[in-house]
Amino acid sequence: MRAIISVVGRDTVGILARVSQACAECNANIVDVTQSVLQEMFAMVMLVDITDISVDFPALSQKLNDLGEEIGMVIHVMHEDIFNSMHRI
Amino acid sequence: MLNIRDIMETVTMIQEENLDIRTITMGLSLLDCADSDIDRSAQKVYNKITRQAEKLVSTGEEIEHMYGIPIINKRISVTPIAMLAAASGGDPVKYARALEKAARAVGVNFIGGYSALVHKGFAAGDRELIASIPQALAETEHICSSVNIGSTKAGINMDAVALMGKVVREAAELTKDRDCIGPAKLVVFCNAPEDNPFMAGAFHGPGEPDCVLNVGVSGPGVVRAALSKCPDGDLSEVADIIKRTAFKITRMGQLVGSEASRRLGIPFGIVDLSLAPTPAVGDSVAHILEEMGLEVCGTHGTTAALALLNDAVKKGGVMASSHVGGLSGAFIPVTEDAGMIDAARAGDLSIEKLEAMTAVCSVGLDMIVIPGDTTAETISAIIADEAAIGMVNSKTTAVRVIPAIDKNVGDELSFGGLLGSGPVMPLHNNRSSAKFIHRGGRIPAPMQSLKN
Repeated sequence: MRAIISVVGRDTVGILARVSQACAECNANIVDVTQSVLQEMFAMVMLVDITDISVDFPALSQKLNDLGEEIGMVIHVMHEDIFNSMHRI
Repeated sequence: MLNIRDIMETVTMIQEENLDIRTITMGLSLLDCADSDIDRSAQKVYNKITRQAEKLVSTGEEIEHMYGIPIINKRISVTPIAMLAAASGGDPVKYARALEKAARAVGVNFIGGYSALVHKGFAAGDRELIASIPQALAETEHICSSVNIGSTKAGINMDAVALMGKVVREAAELTKDRDCIGPAKLVVFCNAPEDNPFMAGAFHGPGEPDCVLNVGVSGPGVVRAALSKCPDGDLSEVADIIKRTAFKITRMGQLVGSEASRRLGIPFGIVDLSLAPTPAVGDSVAHILEEMGLEVCGTHGTTAALALLNDAVKKGGVMASSHVGGLSGAFIPVTEDAGMIDAARAGDLSIEKLEAMTAVCSVGLDMIVIPGDTTAETISAIIADEAAIGMVNSKTTAVRVIPAIDKNVGDELSFGGLLGSGPVMPLHNNRSSAKFIHRGGRIPAPMQSLKN
């Protein structure tokens, strides 16, 4: 089972590191990362494998939401299927 | 991996543009609960609902967490209760109490199906149930009621129309201390669909399976936001944008519906492709019409814009789902739509215009507050007009008007929650329709050829 973590906000040092750290703490394996910076706005999308996570999915989601608030970014975690069903026929 | 732009589009739709699953509705047949003893029958109803729907709310919440998309309502629709009342006799309000108790036990937002289907005439239980509707709605919080009084194949049962005018008024009078909320939970249909997941008109038709899951999507805010990125496109482009957006919205409904039915172990019924507004800012169907270029919803051109919207939503949604049903189209409930409320307050949106709009969109005269001194006959005449539009055009139409007892134009009613609030709207005039209504009988089914 895989989830997508989206991170949006003003670009600062260490965003990727902090988000990766949080994933590692929950045993979520990062499969792929894409990011872009447009006029200081940072957008990162991370595909993570959540098959063997050490907490339940809502807890992982909450942890990353809290991290987002802490570092001034908006972070959402959503199941991969929602994107596949919306954008793939 | 998915394109970053697509991912951000989905996230924005949900986080900023109010995309949500409006409802997952479990349709439940109660035919096997029929019993000659009403108390035993009501107990069977309670038992079946609490058994079958025990995990409905928790499953909905699990899916919300997993996909990150809100599911606003979890609801149940049941077999029209008039059918059970036919077998048991007795006071149908006992069923309403059993349904209310079951709704509270399983934690759903509404149970629909305190209903009767009388489009051709009354059978056992129908008159008793209809007479009990005001009491049932006044005594309960979670029960929704509907009565089907006409169809394209049967014509319009004008005796039932006359009765429903009185029932609507009485429902308002019994709840006048609560902003007349009774009739806000009562829909009078022509051509009612059997698989509609939306309230207040949901019931589980006799042709449906024992238990089924239906889904209603929403997303007027998403459509408006998509249109705002194309301020100068022609209407062909507008229609294409709506189709594309409706497709994406409906895919969410299909995903959530199939996942919920898998987890609950019941068949997936249909996705209802409706644009259902809420009173929240940014979730308005009226604002979509205004985004198309109307200064205000209700001005000339509104019917044409709504026709385009309604058709494009269906075209986009049909391919996104395995089975489409229910009401499927754009809703125009006045008190539930921020843009409509504003237009009604300003006097830009009239009941006459709304009636014209219902000829091209999903349902009918919906959530309209009318003056408290409106007679039962006038309400019946409003119902008859609306049913005639549905009957002749082979579409579902409905009336959900709320007489604001002891109030008049200039006053407002507030129901709270998704039912919203709105001003008392003036009626066309005070001329009587009483003689026409008192004639009773049936309006014959219309020709389906020689269309003009």
